[in-house]
Amino acid sequence: MQAFAELLDSLSFQPARNAKLRLIETYLRETPDPDRGWALAALTGGLDFAGAKPALLRSFGEDKIGAELFHLSYDYVGDLAETLALIWETDPNAGPPPSLGEVVETLQRATKMQTPAILKRWLDALDATGRWALLKLLTGALRVGVSARLAKQAVANIGHQPIAEVEEVWHGLSPPYRPLFDWLLADGPKPSSNMGGAFLSPMLANPIERAELDTLDPAHFRAEWKWDGIRVQVASTGGARRLYSRAGEDVSAAFPDIIEAIDFDGVFDGELLVRREETVAPFNDLQQRLNRKTVTPKMLKEHPAHVRLYDVLWLDGQDLRTLSFDERRARLEAWMAAKPRQRFDLSPLVRFTDWAHLAGLREGMREEGIEGLMLKRGDSPYLAGRPKGPWFKWKRDPMLADCVMMYAQRGHGKRSSFYSDYTFGCWRDASDGTRELAPVGKAYFGFTDEELRWLDKWVRDHTTNRFGPVREVEPRLVLEVAFDGVARSTRHKSGVSLRFPRINRIRTDKPATEADTVDNLLRLVP
Amino acid sequence: MATDTLNLGSLNPRSWLYPTPRGLYCAPGDFYIDPAVAVPRAVITHGHGDHARPGHRNALATPETLAIMRARFQDMPDTQQQALKYGESLRIGEVEASLVPAGHILGSAQAVLEYKGQRIVVSGDFKRRPDPTCPPFEPVPCDVFITEATFALPVFHHPSDAGEIGKLLRSLQTFPERTHLVGVYALGKCQRVIKLLRAAGYDKRIWLHGGLASLCALYQKHGIDFGDIALVSDAVLETFKGSIVLCPPSAIADRWSRRFFDPIPAMASGWMGVRARARQRGAELPLIISDHADWTELTQTLKDVGAPKVWVTHGREEALVHYARSIGIEAEALHLVGREEENEA
Ligand SMILES: [Zn+2]
Ligand SMILES: [Zn+2]
Repeated sequence: MQAFAELLDSLSFQPARNAKLRLIETYLRETPDPDRGWALAALTGGLDFAGAKPALLRSFGEDKIGAELFHLSYDYVGDLAETLALIWETDPNAGPPPSLGEVVETLQRATKMQTPAILKRWLDALDATGRWALLKLLTGALRVGVSARLAKQAVANIGHQPIAEVEEVWHGLSPPYRPLFDWLLADGPKPSSNMGGAFLSPMLANPIERAELDTLDPAHFRAEWKWDGIRVQVASTGGARRLYSRAGEDVSAAFPDIIEAIDFDGVFDGELLVRREETVAPFNDLQQRLNRKTVTPKMLKEHPAHVRLYDVLWLDGQDLRTLSFDERRARLEAWMAAKPRQRFDLSPLVRFTDWAHLAGLREGMREEGIEGLMLKRGDSPYLAGRPKGPWFKWKRDPMLADCVMMYAQRGHGKRSSFYSDYTFGCWRDASDGTRELAPVGKAYFGFTDEELRWLDKWVRDHTTNRFGPVREVEPRLVLEVAFDGVARSTRHKSGVSLRFPRINRIRTDKPATEADTVDNLLRLVP
Repeated sequence: MATDTLNLGSLNPRSWLYPTPRGLYCAPGDFYIDPAVAVPRAVITHGHGDHARPGHRNALATPETLAIMRARFQDMPDTQQQALKYGESLRIGEVEASLVPAGHILGSAQAVLEYKGQRIVVSGDFKRRPDPTCPPFEPVPCDVFITEATFALPVFHHPSDAGEIGKLLRSLQTFPERTHLVGVYALGKCQRVIKLLRAAGYDKRIWLHGGLASLCALYQKHGIDFGDIALVSDAVLETFKGSIVLCPPSAIADRWSRRFFDPIPAMASGWMGVRARARQRGAELPLIISDHADWTELTQTLKDVGAPKVWVTHGREEALVHYARSIGIEAEALHLVGREEENEA
């Protein structure tokens, strides 16, 4: 438990992806079975036991130091699990701290009544970091910035395997994953693959611009609309039905309407959308349904989910990924034609003669819910990863707005001495009749290294206030911000939120008073 | 030093030692303790900026604290300096004063004041765990104990120094190519972290930001051995890959830090025990190393000195006052100017 606690602790402070990978890899290599397997389950969201409720933690704390002191402590720390971990003191007579395996296996067997006594014994035996990790585990909120995919990447790295290999076998395995570690670290056999709704590593596209298209032969390519939803994989194999995000996160629980509609055996790529009648709802509607563990009937009714399919990877027990795109497409169309499918339809091919023709179609397509075009070589097999050449995305030109920099924050790792994250705002009328800036978004990319140095210096020279790592700056610098969409937002003070904002240009030529207004942005809301 | 002095009946201690806008004032001795502004006569507990200020006409402190003040305040030619060694006592006006080790930093002392058979101890800043750069805190039985309260919440239980240094050394093993940039306060923390690294067996060169040089040299003059240390600014063709570099906390965010390869910003401070605080300071490797007493040390000290009255100042008074009252001590918060923000923690 102590080693796992130190891992979580380091992960929670280390923002860089590569550093997180290194930490997980080191832990997995140095920790014996079954602890490392349980840790992997914890990081990939694969642990399931009755947790501890906040009320229990609060009562523990109040019993320990009294309500008054506990209240002052919680008030200062701001996180219940952390507060309890800090105020509790290690009892030198409590015996050795539990291993992670002991914790998980005990909790899986323990009844609700037994949990408090067990928990107290462990809190006595662990140190503050150990207690924090234990309580995070019990309250079901690790929040250390590690996705399931990142954890699987670390697993793949220790065995020098591509992540696709790990993902293929993943869903045939269960914690503590002994056969997986035997295979990766001890010359054991590769576990059997694609059983029970495995996630298959997706094939990804590279961005392309109009000018580059002229180097390609249009006859080799097929075009599809690029839908403004979420790329998903529908996996129904070995009796298991699952819906995955592009990163391999299992999002089935949030979309029971999709899962219920699966009455077939196969693995498909498609775009997850909210669809009412025949129209695709704005991306914002889909966002309402994401990141929810449970969905209400009302949500299901008002935000019905739908998957627009564009590729088939497995069908009726057969792996189709070595077939060409054209062959897979033919199989997909035939399959769709055989039977109408609720909640699934086909993303149509866009017919075109040459690039100029396609460019015209792209210009003409102003319909909501389309981000641009996908171009796929007709003869390309389905290759995991982002191979150069077969697939391209040709996005719609971004929207632009002139915004004023308001705050800047230091970055992480290589950027930790640079003010590299910028909050920018647009003008609106204040209640007293004057004009004020309201923050509309935050961006930390889009600029070159040289521009970053320039921006960093500008921030340092124009700071008016400091709050920890954040500096407030004079509202004088205009940034041209590019973004892919605008939506109304109750979370933002300005009432709008931008999709994928990035710094397009630094407009030193433009006075801040001439920057855009919040109203201008609201006009772009579909 | 008088001994049997538990004498509260006749004399109100607040009548002869009390806060004023210039700082804590001792009337029968006509001097201030750690005043916030320049005064005619000051007793200084230790060299940190919120306690030791320049410009006093007379300053009384330990020889080490006076040396630190001279190093920080251009030699202080206009201040009459009076050195008082630990354990020696001196009469100032009608008051008997002595300085006793506080275990906080080099030269740090508690001010022990006696007047008409009553004894008040002003703790200054203190800690109870061993520190290789200064003698340990000595509890002095007294009638009134004026305690600091920087970390006076039950959430502050500083872990062992060796464990925290171990975290730094383990990180060096995991990321052997990255520079470990450790933010430390120039006075006290810097020197203690170097000594702790040496005690943990780290014998490679430790690099220092220029702003740490003069106080390290002063510690060396007082007989403290740091092993191989060198200034970053003197390095030629040094990549700093996998090395430990100490710097003032502000330098981590400064352009100065760009010379290092993919640095890991670490920070050695008692505040690192609370995650939100560590994040706020941009620490990716927080090290909980403090020169102040934690909750256990504070409450233990109240028991050790046995004072029936405790005045709490300098930090989070509320919790400690609450605790002291719960064990039958007459406790109150004492609000002193110039101590709102404790930085050197
Ligand atoms: Zn101090
Ligand atoms: Zn202080």
